[in-house]
Amino acid sequence: MKKDSIWDYVANGFALWGISTPNFWLGIMLIFLFSVKLGWLPASGYVPLLEDWRVSFASMIMPAFVLGNAIAAILMRHTRSAMLQVLESDYVRTARAKGLLERSVILKHAMRNALTPVITLGALEFGTLLSGAVLTEQIFTIPGFGKLIVDAVFNRDYAVVQGVVLVTATTYIALNLLADMAYILVNPRLRD
Amino acid sequence: MGEAALITGLAGATEDEGVETPTARTRRRLLSRKGAAFGLFVIALLVALALLAPLISPYDPNLQTWSAVRKAPSALHWFGTDDVGRDVLARVIYGARASLLAGVISVAIALLVGVPIGVISGYVGGFVDALFGRITDAVLACPFLILAIALAAFLGPSLGNAMIAIGITTTPIFIRLTRAQVMAVKVEDYVEAARAVGNPHWRIALIHILPNVLPALLVQATLSIAAAIIAEASLSFLGLGQQPPAPSWGSMLNSAQRFLVNAPWMAVWPGLAIFLAVLAFNLVGDGLRDALDPRSR
Repeated sequence: MKKDSIWDYVANGFALWGISTPNFWLGIMLIFLFSVKLGWLPASGYVPLLEDWRVSFASMIMPAFVLGNAIAAILMRHTRSAMLQVLESDYVRTARAKGLLERSVILKHAMRNALTPVITLGALEFGTLLSGAVLTEQIFTIPGFGKLIVDAVFNRDYAVVQGVVLVTATTYIALNLLADMAYILVNPRLRD
Repeated sequence: MGEAALITGLAGATEDEGVETPTARTRRRLLSRKGAAFGLFVIALLVALALLAPLISPYDPNLQTWSAVRKAPSALHWFGTDDVGRDVLARVIYGARASLLAGVISVAIALLVGVPIGVISGYVGGFVDALFGRITDAVLACPFLILAIALAAFLGPSLGNAMIAIGITTTPIFIRLTRAQVMAVKVEDYVEAARAVGNPHWRIALIHILPNVLPALLVQATLSIAAAIIAEASLSFLGLGQQPPAPSWGSMLNSAQRFLVNAPWMAVWPGLAIFLAVLAFNLVGDGLRDALDPRSR
């Protein structure tokens, strides 16, 4: 992510694709390709890990990919812009001028500083993950949180809806707190 | 503070670039980007499709033909037909109406509510700011789609309510953005000058501050439309948006899912339509951000 090269363009294209694809459509298309056409993976359902780990993993591949797709794209874009910004900074020039290896400049000096906004985003993206899970669980008929809220909505079971919203909001806030603490690990300047 | 640089840059742009006005420069830069130009083209195409749907569409989107159920794409039905023999192409064309309307109206709601609140909290500060800030935090604590689903469920399933739900969930972003921008702009010298001349507060806020906040809002609004289109499709997919038999890309995908084995084309086209629409708005949003940024030439 450090130049205007072909890789940059390819990665950007991938990122745009990831952001613009509705994940429920991606899920449907994956089911069509890998379950209906190729028959490699189970189309839907959920098997607990302890019951049969192989089937469990097989049925998790597609939902996990669908959920990860969009988030990977967003994280990638932000890491890219953070890296570009950091690479222009003075201390990176100093590190280069000291004659350090390019690899060490990028991984140690630039990356660590570029990570801070990415961590915030990672925590924020958890919310997207919960939202995305609603649709993904619906498509792959996984009996999880998302399916719970949708079923509750259609049964007019408002207490359950409220409960799910409350629990997700709490988890979300807790994760943001964790992200704040992770900053301190990554960036020693914030310790005081 | 990149946005602050952006605003001061915009204000001084006419001097270093001769006669070209900021608007003209933004337009030129936007169109010189292939991605953004493509995005604008797709948006124009979709708007034309939505407006002229009755003229372009080959069939009535709600016409059920029992002799043509789940027919594969052919010369008669370019995109095939669905489970009750409705033409998929016609439904995709009419579906553009629901999606674009939902995108634009929900963002308009968010702007109408969010910008005034943002201006007030940014300009006035103090207790008002703290109050609105806490409310915004509370709304932002709930994940976007989950809140939208909950709201749409309470309001009752319909396209209008889905737009309201998406609008409300998008509002905090605009409150935050406007507030931050206003706070950055209100310390500028020209605002001070306006105050020294004796302008009333509302005039300073509306005429001196708001126009300088607009570029950032424009970028965010474009990107939010993209998110709103996905949100509308998601709600419709769950049955909380556009109600059948009215066509919507999201609800088409929902019914398509049941016929994936026999009629995959039912799922391909509405999904592609959503993808294209969202991609177009994202491309234009990115292009606008770059075009309005004085640091990039």
